[in-house]
Amino acid sequence: MENNQYVIGVIVSNISGVLSRVSGMFTRRGFNIDCLTVGETESSGFSRITVVFHGDSDIKERIVRQLNKLHDVKEVEVLDRHETVIRELLLIKIRNTPETRQDIMTAVEIFRSKIVDYSPTALICELTGETSKIDAFIELMKPYGIMEMCRTGMVAIERGDNCLKTAR
Amino acid sequence: MKISGAKIIVETLIEQGCDTVFGYPGGQAINIFDELYLNSSRINHILTAHEQGASHAADGYARATGKVGVCIATSGPGATNLVTGIATAYLDSVPMVAITGNVPTSLIGRDSFQEVDIVGITMPVTKHNFIVQDIRELADTLRTAFKIAKSGRPGPVLVDIPKDIQTGTCEFEPKKEPVRPYPLNFASDLALKQAAEMIKEAKRPYIYFGGGIIAGKAANELLALAEKIDAPMGCSLMGLSAVPSDHPRFLGMNGMHGHYASSVAQDEADLVIALGARFSDRATGDKKRFSKNFKIIHIDIDSAELDKNISSDLAVQGDIKDALFRLIPMVTKVERPEWDKRIEELRAEEQRRLESAAAAVFEKKCGNCTSPCPMTGIPASERLAPYTIIDIISRKADEHDIIVTDVGQHQMWTAQRYPFRNPRTFLTSGGLGTMGYGMGAAIGASAAQGRRSVLFTGDGSFGMNLNELATAVSQNTPLVIVIMNNGVLGMVRQWQTLFFDKHYSNTTLSRKTDFVKLAEAFGAKGMRVSTAQELEEAADQAFAYNGTFILDCVIDCDEFVLPMLPPGGSIEDIITEIK
Repeated sequence: MENNQYVIGVIVSNISGVLSRVSGMFTRRGFNIDCLTVGETESSGFSRITVVFHGDSDIKERIVRQLNKLHDVKEVEVLDRHETVIRELLLIKIRNTPETRQDIMTAVEIFRSKIVDYSPTALICELTGETSKIDAFIELMKPYGIMEMCRTGMVAIERGDNCLKTAR
Repeated sequence: MKISGAKIIVETLIEQGCDTVFGYPGGQAINIFDELYLNSSRINHILTAHEQGASHAADGYARATGKVGVCIATSGPGATNLVTGIATAYLDSVPMVAITGNVPTSLIGRDSFQEVDIVGITMPVTKHNFIVQDIRELADTLRTAFKIAKSGRPGPVLVDIPKDIQTGTCEFEPKKEPVRPYPLNFASDLALKQAAEMIKEAKRPYIYFGGGIIAGKAANELLALAEKIDAPMGCSLMGLSAVPSDHPRFLGMNGMHGHYASSVAQDEADLVIALGARFSDRATGDKKRFSKNFKIIHIDIDSAELDKNISSDLAVQGDIKDALFRLIPMVTKVERPEWDKRIEELRAEEQRRLESAAAAVFEKKCGNCTSPCPMTGIPASERLAPYTIIDIISRKADEHDIIVTDVGQHQMWTAQRYPFRNPRTFLTSGGLGTMGYGMGAAIGASAAQGRRSVLFTGDGSFGMNLNELATAVSQNTPLVIVIMNNGVLGMVRQWQTLFFDKHYSNTTLSRKTDFVKLAEAFGAKGMRVSTAQELEEAADQAFAYNGTFILDCVIDCDEFVLPMLPPGGSIEDIITEIK
């Protein structure tokens, strides 16, 4: 069975409980979410949810149809990965020692990351990029001692003038 | 003029065309009930014995009429008691608005007395739900709830209204008429042309319809299509009563306990045309083997049903009545003598198997066994067969009487045997399979239609909500309750017999309940019968009685529902006789 990763953009009414409805649909129907992000849009009455999940095209189709049934969901679109800008933000706290400091700085520069907090024992890097780039950076930092990290999950927007409408 | 939130609720219900609502009062709903008291000449409230009964009554009201059923309960346990009824309505696509009171907004989230997050609890079993947080949105929220409940594929909507919203005041402007549903989706011409093409190529088409035909008022179009393309029809449990049971093209329900001819004809078809049905696992059995022999055209109002359970060859989203109306002129009139002949053979085979199964039962119970049934004490030769009960009752009942069931063996026997003649005269919990559904639903249906309901139930199901006898008697509900009393939980016992080496774990009730005395205690009437002759006479009294009447029919504990496709099985595994 094919197992692809899909990214879908969902425009929802910006009202309380809407995130429960969307995530609850996934739980109840046995669909797994890889990651989910939610935030404001250009219109105040709407939020935009980006959901990433694995599955075959049947599962994708079922997810889209079930999402479309939710009253608060206004627009659902499966984003074509080749025509979509996808980004993630990583904040990562790494152990800071005189021996490793220079190596970390070099990696930060090469990855176009930024050091946003510095103390004698720890530093925090900020990195945006595609998931693969984030993964690579985390892998690289492991030997230096990752103290804690958090990543936002993907946000995605189509290239060109295709848009998810905030009014249906 | 400013009026209270509670008054807005009642005024909006009246505005939306509610003549009868069902409910149970409580601390956080007392203001609503005060308004119901003040407006009792404009809207009728029926007090049930339990909130679950109210939710099933609203469901019965809705199924019998097609209108939106309304139930009202207080916060906390009142609200949670509605949940089974809401879920029942959700699984069977019944339009319902459930209104719950809640603690004042300032107390929400603090585990206040009788506080529960009913919006969170009912999210997966409603089409949508609301908590009203601003009185200015109250009337429109209720209107939207009605709109959602009756649009497209119908379903339940819950509106949770905190106490301070009920006691606050706000301007209210009544609307002149009830809200209209959202515009329907219509099938595309292209899809219908493809459907017509597939029908043209088919040699052995079979129409499988579901509850969508009733909800979509499409029975005439369905029959016209079947006539034109010369196809037999079978249906899901929810499709029953859409067409007369004795229609010459109708083979009956198919699936797990469906008619032999209906299930086999579907398996032998080369094209299955599924109309307003959702291919439940009870209808299909093993999904992999189910559709290996035929192509599928699936037409449904709800796009999420298309390719959900079974992948179709052509999925068409749209209103079923419109789709069929436009499809009929696209197909050419044909006759299929060979297919018709095969269908007749299958009907004959079904009859032969029925007789053989009956003979086998007789042989087993009467030929070899001289001792009385251990559960009932009735000698085997005098046993009252389930089909005999249904046949006798169906002769006494009017064709417009509303037939209601609970869940279990009696439900399947009724589905198989009862001669339905008019749409919306068969109410049963198909999707959720809710034991205890029947009493509330029968009361709601009778209240809606002002006519008799007949409830077929079992001693197990009836035990779940027999408290609603109190409601039926106080409403003077014309209701005949036929208890198929076998002293066991028959459907589970049947599975235990077939699949669990006769380990009758917790299915032997052996209760000492005297249903005749029980009826009398509630102010109803009751008779116990154990032979066909006794039932004939008792049923005459029951149907002549203006009120609630229990017919406690003693049946054998080892009657089987046949045919049976074992769960997860397919047509090759069909059991039509117990050896």
